[in-house]
Amino acid sequence: MNATNRAVVVTGVGATTPLGGDSATTWEAMLAGESGARSLTQEWAAELPVTFAATAAVEPTEILPRPQARKLDRSAQFGLIAAREAWADAGFQGRAGEDAPVDPDRLGVVLASGIGGVTTLMDQYDVLKEKGARKVSPHTVPMLMPNSPSANVSLDVGARAGSHTPVSACASGAEAVGYAVEMIRTGRADIVLAGGTEACVHPLPIAAFANMMAMSKNNDSPATASRPFDTDRNGFVLGEGAGLVVLESADHAARRGARVYCEILGQGLSADAHHIAQPEPTGRGIAVAMRHLLENTDLKPEQLAHVNAHATSTPQGDLAELKALREVFGDNLDQMAISATKSMTGHLLGGAGGVATVATALALHHRTAPPTINVDHLDPEVDADIVIGKPRELPSGTIAALSDSFGFGGHNVVLAMRTV
Amino acid sequence: MAASREEIIAGLAEIVNEIAGIPNDEVTEEKSFTDDLDVDSLSMVEVVVAAEERFGVKIPDDDVKGLKTVGDAVDYIAAHQS
Repeated sequence: MNATNRAVVVTGVGATTPLGGDSATTWEAMLAGESGARSLTQEWAAELPVTFAATAAVEPTEILPRPQARKLDRSAQFGLIAAREAWADAGFQGRAGEDAPVDPDRLGVVLASGIGGVTTLMDQYDVLKEKGARKVSPHTVPMLMPNSPSANVSLDVGARAGSHTPVSACASGAEAVGYAVEMIRTGRADIVLAGGTEACVHPLPIAAFANMMAMSKNNDSPATASRPFDTDRNGFVLGEGAGLVVLESADHAARRGARVYCEILGQGLSADAHHIAQPEPTGRGIAVAMRHLLENTDLKPEQLAHVNAHATSTPQGDLAELKALREVFGDNLDQMAISATKSMTGHLLGGAGGVATVATALALHHRTAPPTINVDHLDPEVDADIVIGKPRELPSGTIAALSDSFGFGGHNVVLAMRTV
Repeated sequence: MAASREEIIAGLAEIVNEIAGIPNDEVTEEKSFTDDLDVDSLSMVEVVVAAEERFGVKIPDDDVKGLKTVGDAVDYIAAHQS
């Protein structure tokens, strides 16, 4: 059997985000234009240059039993919760080969994090300093390793085809989804749970990002701080949470009569080779990824109706992305409704690509582009159709969408999806 | 002052409940930590460290392997507490 180039579809979605504890609540809050950013109430926050973040709407420890939660870093807790939702949404319960009628050897997990278990690392370092070596938790390494969320989801659903964790900062979640598509296209797996998770609302990462001058310091107004494409944008708002999809070969999904949200065509990849943290201002590197996407998939640019933009609300990055879209897609850009959902969710770093994939799948499924909030004065350099303030209906017929994710280090990942 | 056998079992039950979520009254002498109480090899280290602090004993890593059941741990602690 030639298993290559098999069509891949999305049959389940799951998320826990600053907007809601599941994908449905998150989606409804997006359509309502809500912000998940809020002031931090922890004592340590008062000393920081940034005193707010888009924290999870539902604490993961309210969902997971305590004996399980205490052995998982917060990033793995988010990942497991979103994975279980996606798994159930795809029609499965429990472990493959046991409760779920899925061949465990043909089931994979690709779950990424940009930073890994940083809160576990910092907390256990405090234990070491304050209480001594004997008190350092034996769970520390399995909790802090960046592949821990993927490994724990693999354990939970019994996935044996492979468990992977691509790391590319804020592109990690999208790279995970792209890797999962390849696993199915090349015949290694029939079903893959894929996405991203992040949990680094902690004083060290916040101080570090703030000192990079990458974050908005609008401490007086958290809900309006993330404002992609607005003239007053001044940096991203840190978010936390996870988003995962269940990807499945179209054949496998058809055989079991699965509900299909959309097709996922594949990924385009590139690297800027420009600067470790600054975006390449002309969008040259992003354009390479978009051209790779066109070579790597059968995406038809004239079908593109929607883009879930990376757009993190930084002065240079937001515009570089639009320049690349214009360069590669020309006049077709004018028919694309562009949404910057990070205006509402904040930036989930390695989780962002997972949440964006969920949002893009739902946008195609419901034929509705979510809004970009806080655009009070559209940057005059924006030469594209931004969905501002309210959601917008997408056209009927076959339409396609992009989900863009770019990360520190110059990593560019562009995913393409299409209605079925 | 040395803890009684009953006090050691009650203390271990609280520790196992904290770590593995097992109800205290299910932590009885014949139970295996791994097979009956959801305490894997990593969590066993947590049980040991908590027991050391609570009962004032030292349990070297080489001796932890011998503690298969709650009763084994009770015997060990009873024999070694100061």
